[in-house]
Amino acid sequence: MKRIATAVAAVMLLSACGGDPLQGGGNNPAPTDTIVVGSANFPESTVLAEIYAQALAAKGVKVSKKLNIGNRELYFKGVQDGSIDLIPEYSGVLLKHVNKEAQEVSADEVYTALKKSLPQGLTVLDKSSAEDKDAVVVTKQIAAQYSLKSIDDLVPYCKELVFGGPAEFQNRPDGLPGLKAKYACEFKEFKALDVGGPLTVAGLKDNTVQAADLFTTDAAIKANEFVVLEDPKNVFAAQNVLPLVNEKKASQQVRDTLNAISKKIDTKTLLDLNQKLSSPDKPEPEKVAKEWLASAGI
Amino acid sequence: MGGWLFDPAHWSGTTGIPVRLLEHLGYTLLTLVIAAVIAVPLGAFVGHTGKGGFVIVGLSNVLRALPTTAVLILVVLWAGLGDFPVYVALVLLAIPPIMAGTYAGIRAVDPVTVDAARGVGMRESGVLLQVEIPNALPLIFGGFRGAALQVVATATIAAYTGAGGLGRFVFDGLALQEFGQMLAGAVLVALLAVLVDLGFAGLQRLTVSPGLRPVGTGGTK
Amino acid sequence: MTWIFENWERFWEVTEVHLRLSVVPVLIGFVLSIPLGWVASRSSTARAILFPLANILFTIPSIALIVITPVLLGVKILDEINVIVPLTIYTVALMVRSVADALSAVPGHVTAAANAMGFRPLRRFLTVDFPLALPVTIAGLRVATVSNISMVSVGALVGLGGYGQLFTEGYQTDNSAKVFAGLIGTVVLAALADGLLLLIGRVLTPWARAGR
Repeated sequence: MKRIATAVAAVMLLSACGGDPLQGGGNNPAPTDTIVVGSANFPESTVLAEIYAQALAAKGVKVSKKLNIGNRELYFKGVQDGSIDLIPEYSGVLLKHVNKEAQEVSADEVYTALKKSLPQGLTVLDKSSAEDKDAVVVTKQIAAQYSLKSIDDLVPYCKELVFGGPAEFQNRPDGLPGLKAKYACEFKEFKALDVGGPLTVAGLKDNTVQAADLFTTDAAIKANEFVVLEDPKNVFAAQNVLPLVNEKKASQQVRDTLNAISKKIDTKTLLDLNQKLSSPDKPEPEKVAKEWLASAGI
Repeated sequence: MGGWLFDPAHWSGTTGIPVRLLEHLGYTLLTLVIAAVIAVPLGAFVGHTGKGGFVIVGLSNVLRALPTTAVLILVVLWAGLGDFPVYVALVLLAIPPIMAGTYAGIRAVDPVTVDAARGVGMRESGVLLQVEIPNALPLIFGGFRGAALQVVATATIAAYTGAGGLGRFVFDGLALQEFGQMLAGAVLVALLAVLVDLGFAGLQRLTVSPGLRPVGTGGTK
Repeated sequence: MTWIFENWERFWEVTEVHLRLSVVPVLIGFVLSIPLGWVASRSSTARAILFPLANILFTIPSIALIVITPVLLGVKILDEINVIVPLTIYTVALMVRSVADALSAVPGHVTAAANAMGFRPLRRFLTVDFPLALPVTIAGLRVATVSNISMVSVGALVGLGGYGQLFTEGYQTDNSAKVFAGLIGTVVLAALADGLLLLIGRVLTPWARAGR
């Protein structure tokens, strides 16, 4: 009997070491002055989130991070239910997410429409000039084989080709449905791969898919000499990087800090950041963000 | 979920339910065969000679602790995409229960029986193959059935790195936030597991000597 | 390995979360499985229902349960409950059989003797049946714990913490050192937990070692 009591006590002691087991760091809602910064499931989003988080922390704002959550279909619910207060976003795709019917294409139009379409309590701050768009990408060989420069050139061959991209590409208005509507391009088959990640790159390289959805700032495009097809009919609208934020947590200081960052980020910044992240020594996004903030003088 | 599951569109084509079911079953069966080839001889040899039991148990525990997701990802990063990483990850998962079951089964054979076999002049290989293994079959099957359950459930994860199988419905459903698809995938996996287990139970009935069938309650399963 | 040293803070942070997400389900699951296992050991009808049910529950892919939980419980998607509930269910599914088998294996003559000595049922359970059932129960607990530690990583696919985050991030950035670091963490954690339970089992059952 005594031994059992000792053992039970030991177990309870061990579990008490980590604090109340049901109250993890980040489990209970953070105290109301902490901003929870989230990121999507690809490295660029994570490094941008790190930049936001570190800049805010440097100004004395209390920050907690929830990185690498999932795709927008998943994390947007977190933004809506208050689990996440701040996340780096891309104007065009975000607009289409909250308003499937949106037709705006240019950077300013998209931004204005976005501000109007967001649900109550959420807002976006200033947009940066940095753009990272979804794009239809093919290998150099395929581009040469079919003489492809833009998606228009691809249209006659769509029916024979397999397309790869993230699963959500099948449903998004700026995904397969958009390609079908604006270019009358319907592929032979769609393979759900990942969010512009290793699976998609490999799929292109070994010809499992002949065309794929990659992001324009992805370092893999240059590294593998992939060809980004032009999009004259603008299935993919302007995609300016900007912070999506919970209005209640967006104090003046938060706004000023994030707007200052947005002023300093441009498309080249994104290309550089991605380049660094995929360099052979694989630096952590936290470190890459820190270095950028230092070099940008923030 | 009923809506997604019973939609006829989801039952046809290269991405339909039957194709994914067969892929999933294929992963499971081939994994079990490969794991058996490795694990049964190992478990049997150590069980028979009685030496190295500690190694078997230790190895089992280590393999059991390996997170399949990590193994899958590591093999993909080293060897590229495709089915090979899936099999590596699943075989490593299936080895511990099969090895442990074989080892335990052989150890559990009544020493009197083994002694009698030697007494009538059987060679060691005969003792192993004609006496110990047949007597150990219930526990060996137990190991296989446990392994099968785990493999069917875990093969779902393979879809994360692009493989086929029922996991595709789970992951695609997650990406699209289509709970119907996700649930359907989960239910199909559970159903497949039950079917595979029933299959093994049938096989067990056929191959295990009636003299070894459990009597009354508290038997092997 | 060097990844761990170079990123010690992150590694430790991730370890804490992983530990919490694996230990809590084991504790709760264990407690829940005791009454269920007890019922199953007494009644073959209960056994006939609970055992197959447990088997089926165990085959539901963890990723599916983890995603469905917020919908069923109405909690936020990033709440740790979403991993804790499914893993608790798995623990119960595993442990019900262990506890049932363990209690069934308690020698009848011992319980008879205890009854003859006047032990009331609850006291008999706590001081006789349960301690004697411990070795088999702890064996089951060890399997459940190691299994949980391995399964927590699946939570990373929906943004929940633990070593799984190192796996997904490493995958996205082609960083096998990071994935490997998470793997080592998981295996070491599992070994430590297994060893600890083994030790606790030894301490609690001195009679098992006597007379060897």
